[in-house]
Amino acid sequence: MSAKPVFMTYTKGDVVNFVVLMALAFLVIPSIVETDYWYTSILIPWLCLALAAIGQQIVMGYTGQLSLGAAGFMAAGAFACFNFILRVPDIPFFVALGLSGLVAAGFGILFGLPSLRVRGIYLMVATLASQFFIIWMIDKFGWFKNYDTSGIITAQDIVIFGHAFTSPMEMFFVVVVVVTVLTLLAMNMARGSTGRNWMAVRDMDIAAESMGISLLRTKLQAFAISAFYCGVAGALFAFTYLKSLEPVAFDIKLSFEILFMVILGGLGTINGAFIGAAFILLFPVVLNSVGNNLFHGAIDATIISSIEQVVFGVLIIVFMIYEPLGMAKLWDNIKQRFLRSRSLRNEVPRDHKGLSKQES
Amino acid sequence: MQAERSFPIGAPILELSNISLSFGGVRAITGTSFKVLQHEIRAIIGPNGAGKSSMLNCINGIYKPQEGTVAFKGQVLEKINPNFIARKGISRTFQNLALFKRMSVLDNILVGRRLHMNANFLEVAFQLPKARREEKENREKSEEIVEFLEIEDIRDTAVGKLPYGLQKKVELGRALATEAEVLLLDEPMAGMNVEEKREMCRFILKVNDELGTTMVLIEHDMGVVMDISDSVVVLDYGKVIADGPPEDVRSNQNVIDAYLGVAHD
Repeated sequence: MSAKPVFMTYTKGDVVNFVVLMALAFLVIPSIVETDYWYTSILIPWLCLALAAIGQQIVMGYTGQLSLGAAGFMAAGAFACFNFILRVPDIPFFVALGLSGLVAAGFGILFGLPSLRVRGIYLMVATLASQFFIIWMIDKFGWFKNYDTSGIITAQDIVIFGHAFTSPMEMFFVVVVVVTVLTLLAMNMARGSTGRNWMAVRDMDIAAESMGISLLRTKLQAFAISAFYCGVAGALFAFTYLKSLEPVAFDIKLSFEILFMVILGGLGTINGAFIGAAFILLFPVVLNSVGNNLFHGAIDATIISSIEQVVFGVLIIVFMIYEPLGMAKLWDNIKQRFLRSRSLRNEVPRDHKGLSKQES
Repeated sequence: MQAERSFPIGAPILELSNISLSFGGVRAITGTSFKVLQHEIRAIIGPNGAGKSSMLNCINGIYKPQEGTVAFKGQVLEKINPNFIARKGISRTFQNLALFKRMSVLDNILVGRRLHMNANFLEVAFQLPKARREEKENREKSEEIVEFLEIEDIRDTAVGKLPYGLQKKVELGRALATEAEVLLLDEPMAGMNVEEKREMCRFILKVNDELGTTMVLIEHDMGVVMDISDSVVVLDYGKVIADGPPEDVRSNQNVIDAYLGVAHD
């Protein structure tokens, strides 16, 4: 914390982390991952959902407004992106992606309005409206689906500078670029005055107001930015993971999953969004392969998926009670302990020397 | 002592006229008027439930009085909400601590710098020069306050983990960080020991002396009130029963009656 920034506001540790992660994404992973399975079923959905979780983190973890509409905003973003590419000729993909985020942000402001009046669990119920309204709207008006009757629309190819990014690895790169940029922006906001305003509103709204923070503007800003992240995540999710657009993919279950990611990952941390998303996404995969390999299919698949629900439920309760700051905090603690034990080990011999000198 | 002040007491900066506030049928304040002069340390005292905190909440815009007006620098405050009044230049601390518990000490004080930071979220997100410059400047200012309050060793600690006395200090720091012209301090020394109180008094006097900040403080410790305040207003049952320099108030029969009770026979 007290480390000096070396580049802009980033400390040496931040820069090292960034370089390592980028090397992983662009050099290590492409050279060691051989099957498409890793890209299409793990890495791409993980990054997309982590991005949505950052959105949830902004509104819930940083600003303290309980919201349960993440999947609704994702749907808005996904269908907005589909329509921009469909209806605006030659629109660059990243422009369409940004605009879909803005459309979602508009919805975010609209459905953030109840936060000015109600809070806590009541607000959560109010934000459910976004979830149901957006999905209903897409289903009700055929225009959004380009009057497609089959129910599932194939997503267009991602074309950037005339090159179609169709292979899983290429799509992964597109996702990495978008997620990296947006994560950096989120980190800047969270560490800067914007983030402090959010947290002030979260921790003590009356005091925040007395310091000259407008509750109305701060809350709506958080809802808008959060929905922007969810919208972009939704568009990426549809275009790179689902490769199709269907409103049912963005049902309430997804909203809950994103909520769990944030709670388990750690409220009010950007890392937590990634850790939580990885956990929620990978846990069923791990459980399945354990079920298959260890018990050779002796356990029914439905039981495994039930176990999954039970474990999530228990974990959420445990985290709420013992570590409200989530897995990100656990990770920090482990790191701290490791560093401390290492520095202790370095110190001990010196002490011994000092002692022996005195004795002799 | 009065003659050496670098900021001599001036014209009225806050004028409360005929303030009445009630909650349902309970009258908290009834037709109260008093003035606060520029650069003075004004104490509000009175028995429990006299309406002292309600008075501050009216000045700061948390409560909206049913009657009466608050004028700041000769102008009646037209909007009554804490955000608007903070922007006018009135800041405060709270009786029961209203800190941002999960944020560090330094971040709490930085929130106090809110009105000195104008970069919007995009400028912050992209770390444009304006955002970086103002972050640097305000961090330096906040560090100065941390140093002034002698809390350097806890600057990175989450406020919620600190003992009560230190939290009170941080809250004063946050209020100071606003550089407001008027500070409303709601029992800044409640629950402190003599040592801590003395230290707090020193800070308050120093700020008043060096920056000329006008202070309105609620305090129960008469010793402290008599020592540091320039004038005292005494409230009882929502009404002003005495107003004047501390030595006059101390000998005022109404005040003695209000504190000690009076025999009705």
